[in-house]
Amino acid sequence: MTIRMILNGKKVEALIPDDMLLIDFLRDRGCYSVKRGCESSNCGLCTVFLDEKPVLSCSVLAARADGHKIDTLEGLQKEAEEFGAFIADQGAEQCGFCNPGMIMNAIAMFRENPDPTDDEIREYLAGNLCRCSGYEGQLRGIRAFLEFKKRGGAS
Amino acid sequence: MLRFREYVKAESLEEAYEKNQKKSARVIGGMLWLKMQNRTIQTAIDLSGLGLDTIEETEEEFRIGCMVTLRQLELSESLNAFTDGAVASCVKPIVGVQFRNLATVGGSIFGRFGFSDVLTLFLALDSYVELYRGGVISMAEFAAMEPDRDILVRVIVKKTPGRVVCLSHRNTKTDFPVLTCAVRLAEDGRNLAVFGATPARAKTYPVSEEWLQKFTGADEEKKKVMAAEFVSQVPTGSNIRAGAGYRSHLAAVLFRRGLTELMEKGGSRS
Repeated sequence: MTIRMILNGKKVEALIPDDMLLIDFLRDRGCYSVKRGCESSNCGLCTVFLDEKPVLSCSVLAARADGHKIDTLEGLQKEAEEFGAFIADQGAEQCGFCNPGMIMNAIAMFRENPDPTDDEIREYLAGNLCRCSGYEGQLRGIRAFLEFKKRGGAS
Repeated sequence: MLRFREYVKAESLEEAYEKNQKKSARVIGGMLWLKMQNRTIQTAIDLSGLGLDTIEETEEEFRIGCMVTLRQLELSESLNAFTDGAVASCVKPIVGVQFRNLATVGGSIFGRFGFSDVLTLFLALDSYVELYRGGVISMAEFAAMEPDRDILVRVIVKKTPGRVVCLSHRNTKTDFPVLTCAVRLAEDGRNLAVFGATPARAKTYPVSEEWLQKFTGADEEKKKVMAAEFVSQVPTGSNIRAGAGYRSHLAAVLFRRGLTELMEKGGSRS
């Protein structure tokens, strides 16, 4: 079947197998930030935005993205770099494998709730697993980023 | 891995129903559970083009389309105002935001999964399932049926006055529940408790006014004994997550907690 979508701001048209998953479609198009971590819809590594909402691309049919807007980390470089620096500053991650999915979902959270409490952060990011850390570093990084934003983005 | 040869985005419920009469066809909801299975099917039927992704509110009821996501339930101001937040607190522990943006009400209910928080909640509400051919039937009746080839169109929640609470226990956050429990105190006296993930699918147990009055007047120790006696009628089993004895213990604890929470909330019957 043929699908059409707006991928990272660009029109894309492709002929795909009917049962292709969105994650495989995106990786075929060079979006390597989108990764398969668990294969059981639990880890959050494959997070992308479908019409601005964060979803697990490992569990969405590419066919269902037909006519919609998809954004991956590759299309959000500026936002990702700005926020990612705060995570790196805290040395929050060891291996970094979970980082793209966590950054995507954190960006979704900031857009939906620009001033979250610690509990709201924990709740929103509950579906992003990190097997190196205890999430404390990420939480510190997010708090520091929020402070930075509150001060108007000046360090 | 789930494989299929043909993807059909249904243009009408009639088309979806006709296509679904073949054993080799499957309706896909959020596809989260289906995807976990290792099987090949001929036709995947998608209902996402039929406008069944909204929560409508009328004077008497809420009409929840089968493609409404769990995240929509969580964020619905009207549903949460009516249930005093019970809907949001029921679905929030389910994996994460990204998962709940995909998982659908229709998929959760049609599957009649043993582990379902969502089925536990709707059994506690005065709710109904609208089937394309089977018409409107009560949630309890639907929950007891074996899956057939009908199409679940929407879930209807009547605005019957009452108070509801929905609790669950998980070994670790975002995991399947070890036990779910919902309690409803109704103004018409049809009080009930629902226990799910026992690990069998959720089931309803009536709570008489007489029992409730005794419970209300009892001290903490007596309440514990009464709750344990009540849940002795709830069959529990063992699996990878917990043993039957632990589940029975949890059932009594969550039941007592739920009742206490509802009583403390007092007059705010929705």
